[in-house]
Amino acid sequence: MGDWEGVRLHVVTGKGGTGKTTVAGALAMALAAGGRRVLVAEVEERQGLAQLFDVPPLSYEERRVASAPGGGEVYALAIDAREAMHEYLAMFYRLGRAGRALDKLGFVDFATTIAPGLRDVLLTGKAYEATRRRTADHHTYDAVVLDAPPTGRVVRFLDVTTSVSSLARVGPINRQANSITDLIHSPRTAVHVVTLLEDMPVQETADAVADLQAAHIPVGAVVVNQVRPPHLAARSLPAARRGRLDHEAVLAGLRAAGLPATDAVVALLTREAADHAERTALEKTQRALVDDLGRPVYELPRIADGIDPTALYELADALAEQGAV
Amino acid sequence: MNPGPRAARPPHFDVDRLIDDRRIRIVVTCGSGGVGKTTTAAAIALRAAERGRKAVVLTIDPARRLAQSMGLSELDNTPRAVKGVDGEAGGSLDAMMLDMKRTFDEVVEEHTTPERARQIRANPFYQALSSSFAGTQEYMAMEKLGQLRARPDWDLIVVDTPPSRSALDFLDAPERLGSFLDGRLIRLLGGTARAGGRTYLKVLHAGFNVVTSTLTKILGGELLKDVSTFVNALDTMFGGFRERAEQTYALLKRPETAFIVVAAPEHDALREASYFVDRLSRDAMPLAGLLLNRVHASGAAGIGAEQAVAAAERLESASDEDHVLTAALLRLHADRLKLATRDERIGERFSTTHPDVPVTRIPALAGDVHDLDGLRQIGALFDAG
Repeated sequence: MGDWEGVRLHVVTGKGGTGKTTVAGALAMALAAGGRRVLVAEVEERQGLAQLFDVPPLSYEERRVASAPGGGEVYALAIDAREAMHEYLAMFYRLGRAGRALDKLGFVDFATTIAPGLRDVLLTGKAYEATRRRTADHHTYDAVVLDAPPTGRVVRFLDVTTSVSSLARVGPINRQANSITDLIHSPRTAVHVVTLLEDMPVQETADAVADLQAAHIPVGAVVVNQVRPPHLAARSLPAARRGRLDHEAVLAGLRAAGLPATDAVVALLTREAADHAERTALEKTQRALVDDLGRPVYELPRIADGIDPTALYELADALAEQGAV
Repeated sequence: MNPGPRAARPPHFDVDRLIDDRRIRIVVTCGSGGVGKTTTAAAIALRAAERGRKAVVLTIDPARRLAQSMGLSELDNTPRAVKGVDGEAGGSLDAMMLDMKRTFDEVVEEHTTPERARQIRANPFYQALSSSFAGTQEYMAMEKLGQLRARPDWDLIVVDTPPSRSALDFLDAPERLGSFLDGRLIRLLGGTARAGGRTYLKVLHAGFNVVTSTLTKILGGELLKDVSTFVNALDTMFGGFRERAEQTYALLKRPETAFIVVAAPEHDALREASYFVDRLSRDAMPLAGLLLNRVHASGAAGIGAEQAVAAAERLESASDEDHVLTAALLRLHADRLKLATRDERIGERFSTTHPDVPVTRIPALAGDVHDLDGLRQIGALFDAG
């Protein structure tokens, strides 16, 4: 069994550009493997999931986007704050004309684009509802994966009670926020942070882990994305970094391979190796910082040709092999 | 437009020419998160200063070490001189980090009596508004830009944009917030508590009490009371918020402003860049060019990626220990070529749909940037790109 037994809501965050949407998709795929049903939802109106699964743009309606190995199913949803607001008003107040009047007055605009926290309550509220929804005698979804806002905004996004209570200290919104808060602060939730082995993403990951812990929100794994294959043996790295590889040996190798064996080619390869060795050294430092966070760490390979549904299977496999599911 | 089968090389975006042009007074860097916007803004400002401009950079949310490198250890909302800048060409560099709450306080103080300003600052609704409302950061960034522009101390202002959900928020959020603050809804919310909804019942159509009682139900009476006090205290400022937003918006349309769209060679980042470019052109706003960061490049060794992999496989299968190193180097080279080709292809795709947008490419650096030398190094790459 995987590291996250009992977790129903997987939240995926990460600094912009680290590939959190890809990881959310791969995780959903891995969780669905073996005949389960998983929902993956995005909240930033980017249509990142549609791109990822190579399907037409998603609407506010759960749609099956992929089948996982062993008969599992992945559904996707783009949560839209306006739609969630209308659904919410209809559910709680059965508003007809009054709802339209609120819309006209700009209340829906206010609630979905300006008011702090209200938008987040609506978005997380939809994910909350999906985790609890039941079909007959079992949960509709075995797990829900939420492609959340980037690290800089994720704690505020998840800590809905705090942001909402600055606005609505009582009332139904406050109550709704409280139920969401219960779920998010429980062991049924895990927030996974995606990073690259670079200075700023790792720094933001460390900050996010600390902030989440301070807010008592359960931190899941750290996913190191876009890891490059090592290629160069560890013992060659110091020489490579100084640009002092064995010139003659490389020339001989090029000749043996039937390639142009000139000094210029060796010089270029040596320069590329120096760059690589420098990056590897930086990555090693960053990896140590990631390990210090004390969370399970999963590594995903860099897919050189870009992400397509096939690559997604590969990444899901990698997650499963490392114990994510 | 070029109808040929291959994408035409886009015009070159000459950053140095832009920052040397004394008519340019404002440079705005925008783009999605994680593309190096803040670093780019800082590098542009530093380079401009060392080429003789009296520059100030307004950053919104810089990484800690970058902020420290510019001496921005505290967030005090005032531009401070950056130490270590080469002033030989007659330029200088100041830097500041935006404090949105303090900027909002300043706006309030400017428009009302000290007594009222105190009341407003103590109001819970105002506190939420000035610290956590979506759009406040964008509004206050624009506000600050307007303030800096009104002072004679600098001849170039470089503005970094807030890390929003969408790059377009920088353009839209201030107007949205301004309209809200000046609009009917806030007066209604305020009035609901004041007169139990009756005031507006008279004026507006029937059925309105349903609306006001719903609002009370959803938001709670306490919030409405806070809004009401806020609205009363703010009476002198109504109409001003939207107007201010519109003024800075107009400033951004003037030819003295230049937008630089920053992106990385990733589909998401370039899609966001496309939205932004289209929007600027629709609003007739001055776009200077696209800065494509972290582009992988590879030198020409006359060995293609597939050729390199095939050769590496041959050397490895010969299980000759002597050639392990060469095989590894060939695999590295192949990876690099693949990345370079991919980056090239993604960049070309943008230029196919936006053939008139000048582009400059900044090669990926092996290390991270967190000091003035690193910023200088990036600045030097503007020229090469």
